[in-house]
Amino acid sequence: MAEAKKRNASQAITFGILLIIGLFMIYPLIWMFCATFKPNAEIFGSANLLPSSYSFDAYLKGWKGIGQYTFATFFINTLWMVIPTVVFTVLSCSIVAYGFARFDFPLKNFLFALMISTLMLPNAVIIIPRYLLFNKIGWLDTYQPFTVPALFACYPFFIFMLVQFLRGIPRDLDEAAGIDGCGSTGIFFRILLPLMKPALFSAGLFQFMWTWNDFFNSLIYINSVKKYPLSLGLRISLDAASAVAWDQVMAMSLISIIPLIIIFFFSQRYFIEGIATSGIKG
Amino acid sequence: MNNVALNPKPKLLTAKKFNKYKGLIYISPWLIGFLAFQLYPFVASFVYSFTNYNVLGATRFVGFDNYADLFSIDPDFIQSIKVSALYAVISVPSKLIFSLMVALLLNMKLKGINFFRTLYYLPSILGGSVAISALWKIMFMKEGTVNQILNIFGIGPLNWLGDPRLSLLTISLLQVWQFGSSMVLFLAALKQIPIELYEAAKVDGASKIRTFFSITLPMITPILFFNLIMQSINALQNFTSAFVVTNGGPLKSTYLIGLKLYIEAFTNFKMGYACAISWILFLIILVLTFVLFKSSSKWVYYEDGGKSNG
Repeated sequence: MAEAKKRNASQAITFGILLIIGLFMIYPLIWMFCATFKPNAEIFGSANLLPSSYSFDAYLKGWKGIGQYTFATFFINTLWMVIPTVVFTVLSCSIVAYGFARFDFPLKNFLFALMISTLMLPNAVIIIPRYLLFNKIGWLDTYQPFTVPALFACYPFFIFMLVQFLRGIPRDLDEAAGIDGCGSTGIFFRILLPLMKPALFSAGLFQFMWTWNDFFNSLIYINSVKKYPLSLGLRISLDAASAVAWDQVMAMSLISIIPLIIIFFFSQRYFIEGIATSGIKG
Repeated sequence: MNNVALNPKPKLLTAKKFNKYKGLIYISPWLIGFLAFQLYPFVASFVYSFTNYNVLGATRFVGFDNYADLFSIDPDFIQSIKVSALYAVISVPSKLIFSLMVALLLNMKLKGINFFRTLYYLPSILGGSVAISALWKIMFMKEGTVNQILNIFGIGPLNWLGDPRLSLLTISLLQVWQFGSSMVLFLAALKQIPIELYEAAKVDGASKIRTFFSITLPMITPILFFNLIMQSINALQNFTSAFVVTNGGPLKSTYLIGLKLYIEAFTNFKMGYACAISWILFLIILVLTFVLFKSSSKWVYYEDGGKSNG
């Protein structure tokens, strides 16, 4: 009895600590939300979380963006950049993962080790020749520097994650389908791909998040405002603001991450399982 | 089964031969991508690092000049190495310790764990974006909300972004804030520790702290090791937060290598010089990874006895 009581008390304490940490972690985002309704002067110089009066000015003004391009343009551009990249990544990486997980071929172990070792290859070391290459073939100021590498499975992280997942699917299934006259392509598309859905979803979500948030690549590859994704649009308004319109910067920042927040809350299981499987089994 | 046996022999042989290479066809997208977008740039950046490649003039080989210049006449470069090292030393261990502590709390069988796990993971989803860097910049300004809150407790105001002693800490905090993915990994590792070990420790009357250091910590060292390597590599390459929040300042106190690389390559267009920087960064990462791997046999515990065969 006494022990149960003690356990309850310690659980309550743990719960309290977790809640405090949670609040602390989430506070910046809550503050950001509240700040978008505040006049510029109130964002600074006040510890109050809630605005003294609510105003949607920051959204209306901020949305206008730069020159003739509104944030609607930046949103559409981001989608044009992100969606093909995600689709291509998932498709190409799953096909490559199938090759590694289910077939024997010459140099397989060497190639697999090579693929894994590129996980550690810092992006910084290849970025300049890549830029020069894309420059030469006229891909600057297009989204091809994002979509084409995705089409060619340049994401070892996802290949590895999908290989791990495929290894968990019993080979009996493929063999049974093979006996029934299913070719290897048929086995992949009709048997394995549907079974891989959770892993494909995880990979797609991560790629969505990374490409959506990407700043460095957008910064070097995209140079006309007409094609700016959200990250560059935000940066421009941040520079232009120079101590004037912080409320607008916050409003547009918030709008730009809302899609991520929504997607995350609906699919957080896939994010978390994706990390756990790819990390642990490695 | 019968179908296979009935096939005429020669056809079976060619099919077998073809089967041998079938896997290669499936992995060919990666192979092409690897050669064109990873191996070629990798080799090219090494070659360029010995040239004076820039967008304007003619390119010629300059031997080790770029490397020599970096270490002799470019004080910014040494500064950027120091800053990046310090950034990694501050942010990586804090992030790992913090995420492990939270994972330990989450591992207690409480109600609502999934809710907390989701909540704690959210910053990792958003943290790398320009939006959050902008938020950080605004929150940590001199008149910003962080100082206003500290003021209630009689602290400050601190010049988070303007004081060279604090600026690096401010962007390190942004890194620590994104502790979600290492936390998830720790949590998964904690869940795999056999409960019998804890029961045995309880029978022996081991204290909680003792149990942590003798059972929990050794059992999760493989994940600790993985997190340490991945987080260090990431920290050494960070760019966005330093670029947006502080732009390297004040007094180059947040001038990370990533920023130096960007400025040389895409502002000064000294591509050859920037490639030399990228190769030094690569070597630093390589040596660090190598040292960590070498040291791992001393402190990483593998259940299958991996200790003996390295």
